[in-house]
Amino acid sequence: MKSLKFLIPLALFGVLALFLAAGLKLDPREVPSPLIGKPAPDFKLTRLDDPTASISRDDMLGKVWILNVWASWCVACREEHPMLVEFAQRKLVPVYGLNYKDVRADGTAWLSRHGNPYEASLFDGDGRVGIDFGVYGVPETFVIDRKGVIRFKQIGPLTPEVLRDRIEPLLKSLQA
Amino acid sequence: MTHPETRFARVVLLACLVLFGATSPLRAGEAAPAADDPALEARLVAITSELRCLVCQNQTIADSHADLAVDLRNQVREMLRRGDSREQIVAYMTARYGDFVLYRPPLKESTALLWFGPALLMVAGLVVLVVVLRRRARLPDESFETDDDTSGPTPAAGGPTS
Repeated sequence: MKSLKFLIPLALFGVLALFLAAGLKLDPREVPSPLIGKPAPDFKLTRLDDPTASISRDDMLGKVWILNVWASWCVACREEHPMLVEFAQRKLVPVYGLNYKDVRADGTAWLSRHGNPYEASLFDGDGRVGIDFGVYGVPETFVIDRKGVIRFKQIGPLTPEVLRDRIEPLLKSLQA
Repeated sequence: MTHPETRFARVVLLACLVLFGATSPLRAGEAAPAADDPALEARLVAITSELRCLVCQNQTIADSHADLAVDLRNQVREMLRRGDSREQIVAYMTARYGDFVLYRPPLKESTALLWFGPALLMVAGLVVLVVVLRRRARLPDESFETDDDTSGPTPAAGGPTS
């Protein structure tokens, strides 16, 4: 028993190494959102394509929907965009955009260049609604249920894995 | 007549002048909205320097030049003008970004280890130290190596050795 004592430092090192290795895999940019399971913040914004028509939170009650935060200045948005266009074509769920801190003309031009997956985009020029949704890393994607409760949030670009393994099963259970 | 070296030096000097001349007005522009109410700005700095900027996570909202930090400072400024308390502002931030924004996290079950971990580590270290020292004090003299005064290099304190 006593002869194994010299292994203690090695064992301690092993434990430390395991902790550090696990720490490397964590993404510090992914802050757990306190909004999950809470009602989506109230908003009333004009449409990107029509400054006279507005959409509010209560208009969306009764259906499951996806809110995708995007901007024409956002490089990572371009990366996820083809995936989103394809996803929207499958018509599983209405996808709405939140055009965050953008200029109307730039946003509209961006959509006509890269394709428009959105039922409508809400125009959030000063970023107020973005702040209410706790947006800090565009693009972000929210899944909101029939009662207007946020059920899922993706920070950063969507990936095929997230869409397939997280969002689609969630949509199925919410729409059941 | 000019040497190539002096000509090069002139070009460098000119480049420096152009560069610094071009950036300084930009820098001067950023401090603009502060002046009108120093007391409010002081409170703003006091509050926002305890909030983490989400975009560049090692900076406070007070320090950061990120777009979001600027927006949040404006938001806090507006709330202060409206007469909101520090607690209300902190609640506003944590409702959106979670306890993560607080540089001084609240004392909860999930953060107990964070708060008391260092003290626990120190107590554990002290306990180990005391145990080791007491065990060593009980050991008989034979278990220590003797200081061999004759063979060891014991330099005399000062003075040359002959």
